Amino acid sequence: MSKPDVKTGRLSAEEIAQNFSDIHPPLSRSEALIESDRCYFCFDAPCTTACPTDIDVPGFIQKIRSDNLLGSAETILRENIMGGMCARVCPTEVLCEEACVRNTQEDRPVNIGRLQRYATDPVLENKSQLFQRATGTGKKVAVVGGGPAGLSCAHRLAMLGHNVVVFSRDSKLGGLNEYGIAAYKTVNDFAQREIEWILQIGGIEVRSNTILGADVTLDELRHEFDAVFLGIGLGGVNDLGLGNEDSDVVLNAVDFIADLRQAEDKSSLPVGRRVVVIGGGMTAIDVAVQSKRLGSEQVEIVYRRGPGNMGASQYEQELAQTSGVTIRHWAMPVKMESIDGLTRVWFEDTEFDENGSLRSTGDSWFLDTDIVFKAVGQAIDQDTLGSLAESFEQKGGKLMVDEHRRTSLDDVWAGGDCIYGHDDLTVTAVQDGKLAAISINSHLCGKEVSNG
Amino acid sequence: MADLTTEFLGVRTPNPFWLASAPPTDKAYNVNRAFEAGWGGVVWKTLGEDPPIVNVSGPRYGALHSNERRVIGFNNIELITDRPLQTNLDEIRQIKKDWPDRAVFVSVMLPMNEETWAKYVPMIEDTGADGFELNFGCPHGMSERGMGAAVGQVPEYIRMATEWCKKYASTPVIVKLTPNVTNILPPAKAAWEGGADAVSLINTVNSIMRVNYDTLTMYPSTDGMGSHGGYCGQAVKPIALHMVAEIARTKETAAVPISGIGGIQDWRDAVDFFALGASNVQVCTAAMVYGFRIIDDLTDGLSRFLDSKGMTSVNELVGKAVPSVTDWQYLNLNYIEKAVIDQDLCIKCGRCHVVCEDTSHQAITNRVNGERRFEVMDDECVGCNLCVSVCPVDGCITMEPMTNGTDPRTGKTVSREKADWTTHPNNPMRKGA
Repeated sequence: MSKPDVKTGRLSAEEIAQNFSDIHPPLSRSEALIESDRCYFCFDAPCTTACPTDIDVPGFIQKIRSDNLLGSAETILRENIMGGMCARVCPTEVLCEEACVRNTQEDRPVNIGRLQRYATDPVLENKSQLFQRATGTGKKVAVVGGGPAGLSCAHRLAMLGHNVVVFSRDSKLGGLNEYGIAAYKTVNDFAQREIEWILQIGGIEVRSNTILGADVTLDELRHEFDAVFLGIGLGGVNDLGLGNEDSDVVLNAVDFIADLRQAEDKSSLPVGRRVVVIGGGMTAIDVAVQSKRLGSEQVEIVYRRGPGNMGASQYEQELAQTSGVTIRHWAMPVKMESIDGLTRVWFEDTEFDENGSLRSTGDSWFLDTDIVFKAVGQAIDQDTLGSLAESFEQKGGKLMVDEHRRTSLDDVWAGGDCIYGHDDLTVTAVQDGKLAAISINSHLCGKEVSNG
Repeated sequence: MADLTTEFLGVRTPNPFWLASAPPTDKAYNVNRAFEAGWGGVVWKTLGEDPPIVNVSGPRYGALHSNERRVIGFNNIELITDRPLQTNLDEIRQIKKDWPDRAVFVSVMLPMNEETWAKYVPMIEDTGADGFELNFGCPHGMSERGMGAAVGQVPEYIRMATEWCKKYASTPVIVKLTPNVTNILPPAKAAWEGGADAVSLINTVNSIMRVNYDTLTMYPSTDGMGSHGGYCGQAVKPIALHMVAEIARTKETAAVPISGIGGIQDWRDAVDFFALGASNVQVCTAAMVYGFRIIDDLTDGLSRFLDSKGMTSVNELVGKAVPSVTDWQYLNLNYIEKAVIDQDLCIKCGRCHVVCEDTSHQAITNRVNGERRFEVMDDECVGCNLCVSVCPVDGCITMEPMTNGTDPRTGKTVSREKADWTTHPNNPMRKGA
């Protein structure tokens, strides 16, 4: 019986280095000056409105134009402490750059993302500290989760004078910045360098390898701290619901992406000759493109709805397609079987019925593959919430919060992927953390923000 | 296509574009290249007494750049020619022989005594050059020695030196004027009265480009010290146009032929100068920024423009706009324009709104029915043209005249009768008051 064709070293180290180099290299000063001159410095700028963290985009670009890079970086980072990471991973084509008025004029927006990187890179390189802590308040806040939401919250709280302890289940901080996100978007250990800079502000203690629900309970945190912020992301990977998924050729996309990000030598990762990815979000795209870049010969994404329904932006879909990935829409997996060491995944075509619900057309077909990646979403691991799980108002397995990111428990705030309605972007997580910190600060200082 | 052959002071050239007296016309090598490229004439870089002056061996130029490093304004501290007089004279003689159909005028700058003029003018004329241009304009260096702008700022000196030159020259004499005066008319009149055949203007404007932000010293500098230079390029064109128009529309100077200079970069700039009274033009900065090949667009564009206007020669264009230049007091105060924003062209940057709101008359909306939309409120618009000026989309905002009805801003009926300040009731000096 033949084995699945899964092996390391499909490409040479040079090819892999090339495939995983910086996808959007930094702008030179000359490029940045020319590009910054294209900004019209709009009134009530649509790009700023489109930015989930409200960055004053024309303001920071004007400062690039005047060679005031530190001022430009501060304009960005005071609204979004992860402005450097967001410059790399934001789907700008559906945020600030989609809103740019240049689209109306010439169908080519100002390259805001790369300008933001140009402004923020030197701050990290020079370790310039732009923010100072306010006088200590003596208050203690627990931040659970070391991802973008947690770190954004921790930094803002520290800035406001509170003492923060960040609990991280992983050995490294960063959450999906460190363990998710395609490697070619954040090269040279950027996530860790950014975090190191963020922590420089002081007042933030980090307790890593500490799992909520196992090493520390939410109950304990609520007793020990004046407030708690949950930026715990999502734990469990959703199943395909086909049974027999517990196999060494049916993998969680998020785990593979994490392994890839942590691998010293990317060519040491085994990859399948043929790969099938089930799902339509950024994770599906990231695992598919990276498999291709590691040398998989045939990579197919199968998504149960149409291109417009995919969580991945059009740019990301095109990136997958130009990387040689095939995207098949309107099909859902119904069965997996093992045939001669290969995995045969059966699909049925889908369509919307009169009520807009998805249904099978009854037409079925199959793909034979070496590896199947599951990328159909994640849910909160309820065990982490412990005995309090029932106390939280939840929807779809996620926490409900108000506009200030406060949960139904009045001393617990939450943000990032674990809250309902979140769109799984780094930038939104950063905003959640920031808003929660501002709300926590008001709460601790006796100045409640109204929900009005 | 319209023939651009032009006659200026009796000298015929294939087109009205001459290179101004400046580094591009310093020697035969450059002038040959210019004529090969198609320039109609040159004014040779200014000759002075022997032994020649010396120039600094460091930065002579500084520029005002756009972010794309386009040169918007340009400044120089180069003095007149630093080559021996005889070398220049020999080359001028040869050039004129090789290029008989092109104009070769020679710029001169001499001290204020008649003997010097008597000595040098015939030597220069002997080269066969077509005429002289008296450099009374250089604002830097030479002016410290009582020449250049130091002469051009004193009408009596202009007249005196012009008279001396005319006394010893048989060929035409152009007087080049400095803009570093409060009123261009007295210098122009003095040149005309001194016997000048034409004036050329403007020379460069006194200027310092900027400081060096590291050392907080003037920039550019020579060994840490700087000296003001002469400013030119696109940025000075409006200053030049005003001075040209003043000479062209003033009775005492209206007959003076004008060679227009200052910021001409493309053919449209030349049209400005012709229409406001110049009958030929000189160019320097654009050539120094892009090379001599810009002559192709200058001639081609001008010729096609003349065709589009049904004109067959540059002469028909000269002075066309002069009657439209007047004093403020004669502007029709009954005339009303309102800005109109073409919503199909509008890209919704909101620049018109914010500048009107912050600095003018609060006459442009930013939202209409809750939508981002920029519309002119006629009841507030004074027709100032600020929105048109800042709009990044050409043709998106236009100024439309009101010809009838009631001006919603003032509540007054639009009058077709002209009424200017000379008769306005608010004017205590009005006619008949």
